[in-house]
Amino acid sequence: MSLSISLAINGRKHELHLEDSRVTLLDLLRERLDLTGTKKGCDRGQCGACTVLVDGRRINSCLALAVSLDGAEVTTIEGLAEGEVLHPVQAAFIEHDGFQCGYCTPGQIMSAVGLIAEGHAGEDPERIRELMSGNICRCGAYKGITEAVQEAQQVISQRSRRDAA
Amino acid sequence: MNRFDYIRPQSVAEAVAEASVPGSAYLAAGTNLLDLMKVGVTKPQRIVDVTRLPGLGAIEWQEDGGVRIGAMVRNADLAYDERFQRTFPSVAEALLSGASAQLRNAATVGGNLMQRTRCAYFQDLASACNRRVPGSGCDALGGENRLHAVLGWSEHCIATHPSDFCVPLVAFDAVVEVEGPHGVREIELDALHTLPGSTPEQETVLEPGEMIVALRLPADAAAFAGNARYLKLRERTSYAFAVVSAAAALAPESGAIGEARIALGGVATKPWRAREAEAFLKGKAPTAEAFSRAAAVALSEARPSGDNEFKIELARRIVARALHLAWEGTPATMPALPASPFAVTSGASHVA
Repeated sequence: MSLSISLAINGRKHELHLEDSRVTLLDLLRERLDLTGTKKGCDRGQCGACTVLVDGRRINSCLALAVSLDGAEVTTIEGLAEGEVLHPVQAAFIEHDGFQCGYCTPGQIMSAVGLIAEGHAGEDPERIRELMSGNICRCGAYKGITEAVQEAQQVISQRSRRDAA
Repeated sequence: MNRFDYIRPQSVAEAVAEASVPGSAYLAAGTNLLDLMKVGVTKPQRIVDVTRLPGLGAIEWQEDGGVRIGAMVRNADLAYDERFQRTFPSVAEALLSGASAQLRNAATVGGNLMQRTRCAYFQDLASACNRRVPGSGCDALGGENRLHAVLGWSEHCIATHPSDFCVPLVAFDAVVEVEGPHGVREIELDALHTLPGSTPEQETVLEPGEMIVALRLPADAAAFAGNARYLKLRERTSYAFAVVSAAAALAPESGAIGEARIALGGVATKPWRAREAEAFLKGKAPTAEAFSRAAAVALSEARPSGDNEFKIELARRIVARALHLAWEGTPATMPALPASPFAVTSGASHVA
């Protein structure tokens, strides 16, 4: 049985041989590829700290078998900034104090990037809170997180309007 | 997690053959299966990955107005499908009230139907659970059971089925298409999940190797589109399973109720269709008293399985309120908090 898979992670192609079928995407990222920005919180899909984008959609990487994602494109927190230039969601989290200890932050940011791409919340704080409810913040930075998502949404839609013009 | 062989079949027929080997389990997104494997509740020796099988990923509208949904359609893709949301708004609302955005992006239609109970004793290997280990007993009985079943339970098991999606589906006579070692068959969703009786380990009527390939909603369910709601009471605002939930759909006829559909969630090991309550409402004027009496009929056989008598009254109120809101009309846009009785758009009273 072949457990060789190919994944494009943050734009870079990886050919990987898995010794063990049990490895989750989260463990693959952290333990094998040293992409430790993606955090392990509950490891059961309840906290959202492990959120990454797979083929552009946010999912819990702790509940995804790496072998089943053969051929996928994965984006992690390490893949958001362009050099020294932060992604608008990253910049907005800093601007609005969207964190305290920072442990949930990569997951919050990846979830927010996914949420904005999905386009169902707009700048409505109630919809943002509802659609970010899969990300728990033990420090309770939710007010700053909601504001950060609102601002990032503004910045990103302004950019896409400008690019379209 | 136990070690397992990973198998990725190329066709449904091949998947069925592989999964018919004892010790096999189907893997879709894995959002429930992997979780249970991590804690050792289930230990399949062979995992048959069905996420890439051809022909299972489409939402197909049929000529008569019904819809056929492939088993591997993701929950979010179905819930946000424009035509689906317009035609079956309460089903979309139920989907969006479940889990989190991340989980809905991954979880599939077939997987949602096949998810296991969230009973804490089922998930705790140190506890007795007839569902996990047949004959071992039920520690939920006499344990922390305020969220357990109030309908259809037995002394062998008082667990509930956790799905929101299944609740309006069962109200709308959804049908499940199944392929297995002995061919293809159809099962009414209402008959898919079983009551525990003395064999709670048998959770569905599916035979070994059988897999769900599609789900169908009949055209006549679309007639309720203007008056359909799903309401779900949770212990926190979002990202929680139902304490109790209700799907209500009404077909108005000359100012009265032509036809009603009612189902409850969080009350039994299956989504609970309330046919007698539906029959009671047929032809009635849409009054608070009628809704309240229908809710009483729906819960007439309910009895507490422990410290959960409050759920019976809560369920009555959530049914009455769902009926009120259904009569008021399906909201023009999806509420910001789908299925929440506390949403700002909600103005109905839950007591007559």
